[in-house]
Amino acid sequence: MVLSIADIHRSSTGRRVFWWLMFLLPLMPLAWIVFKTLEQDLGADPAQTIVTFLGLWTLRFLLITLAVTPVRRVFGWLWAQRYRRMYGLYTLFYACLHLLAFATFILGWRPDLIARELSERPYIIVGFIAWLGLVALGMTSTRGWVRRLGRRWQQLHYLVYPIAVLAMIHFAWLIRAGFGQVLFYALLLALLLGYRVKSLVKRRAGIVHPS
Amino acid sequence: MLIKQAPDIPSSEITSESVYRRRRQILKAMLAGGAMMAAHPAMALDRYALESDDKRYPGPDWLQTKLRAAKAGDPVTGESLTPYTDVTGHNNFYEFGLGKEDPKAKAQNFNTDPWKVEISGEVGKPGTYTLEDLLKPHALEERIYRLRCVEAWSMVIPWVGFPLGDLIKRFEPTGNAKYVEFTTLQDPAQMPGQRSFFSTLDWPYVEGLRMDEAMHPLAILAVGVYGDALPPQNGAPLRLVVPWKYGFKSIKSIVRIRLTEEMPKVTWNQTAPSEYGFYANVNPKVDHPRWSQATERRLPSSLFSPHIIDTRMFNGYADQVAHLYSGMDLRKWF
Repeated sequence: MVLSIADIHRSSTGRRVFWWLMFLLPLMPLAWIVFKTLEQDLGADPAQTIVTFLGLWTLRFLLITLAVTPVRRVFGWLWAQRYRRMYGLYTLFYACLHLLAFATFILGWRPDLIARELSERPYIIVGFIAWLGLVALGMTSTRGWVRRLGRRWQQLHYLVYPIAVLAMIHFAWLIRAGFGQVLFYALLLALLLGYRVKSLVKRRAGIVHPS
Repeated sequence: MLIKQAPDIPSSEITSESVYRRRRQILKAMLAGGAMMAAHPAMALDRYALESDDKRYPGPDWLQTKLRAAKAGDPVTGESLTPYTDVTGHNNFYEFGLGKEDPKAKAQNFNTDPWKVEISGEVGKPGTYTLEDLLKPHALEERIYRLRCVEAWSMVIPWVGFPLGDLIKRFEPTGNAKYVEFTTLQDPAQMPGQRSFFSTLDWPYVEGLRMDEAMHPLAILAVGVYGDALPPQNGAPLRLVVPWKYGFKSIKSIVRIRLTEEMPKVTWNQTAPSEYGFYANVNPKVDHPRWSQATERRLPSSLFSPHIIDTRMFNGYADQVAHLYSGMDLRKWF
């Protein structure tokens, strides 16, 4: 008998096991980079390799988080909704590690260099603003804040869209040549944002989605 | 702007104090080693052989013989060499991919022997020469230079080569020769980066120097590194090394050297003229539009205390080369 993920979620044990699986999977990239660092297997410039790796995974988790709603509606995967906050928080987690690695391994926490990067470098400024936005969303992601903010919570959390666009600009601005990778992620983001635009147009036209 | 004139004696020729103080010891050691040196002239550069178990590249026999006869160079005072494994494992050579580890991974079957170089343009003796014939009259010497990448990392590398100016003189530049243009091999079958649909660079890669820059004794054509032949990922079999300019000026795997009257259309400048100038002199006061050039990370860099150093004007070679640019606005001619 083949069990679907929806079936697994019907039993409380299934739900618990699946929750742990979904919780532990996103820690794999971190475990991998820590392992490679300890093995000293990151080439001549491990600092840059680590920072780039963490940045890329931040973007991937952001896209996964943004994919939850479309996937739930298009494929009817109602269970996916349970993990949206978790993956949003993992986005923030990797963004913090990315920033921390940059400040430590690249800038060595030198105040003059930090001040210079934050005041003069557009791609750093854009990335930093995106990080601040993620912090705001992460801090208001608890049940208490959802209740306290009421309808305004949803309005606040629409910030994830401009944050994603800023993150993409931050990424694209680093490229010297060869835009294949950026194009791939930009297309994914365009697809996910395009889905929202489409739903919005439909809703305006009076067709309401069950959600 | 005040630019110091170059002193008559380049600092590389000045005996360092530590050597001067130990001169008697050193002389004695040299005499004792003389007999061995005569039997095995490789001594000088062989000192690198034991430093790493990474793959070495002996090159063709005729080149190996020349490399073994090369005179050892002076170390860069107070700065240690970047290890062989990093020099040959961390490369920007977009013909073999965009990642720093791509060239080492993808260039191992790159065929660099036999190799021909075309000398053309404003020269009295144009022609196409095998690398062996091209190198025949030139004795090789080691030059230990800082390499500063435009991406703000740097290394110290022991190249083996000979002055570019000596080669140019041999082919008798005409009175119209104002610039030297260099071209890298174009061979998409061997170079996967040249097949990439998403690359913003036009192939083949082209670089250039003004004639007086090319004739400067610090500008060399390199055929070796760490005492052996150049690995393919480092631009085998023949590359330029111009230590006072950003690394991308030091073009790799050269197949053509053309002397011209007009400024060559160089690849990075053509791709992003606001970011990369023709001169591309290392200059901590002129930032890349997207990042700072005031400091650099010397590789290899340890994680928790990154080796951040201040970038020096002309990469620390200002005494020797600043006079080439006297009167020029280096903000405009970046």
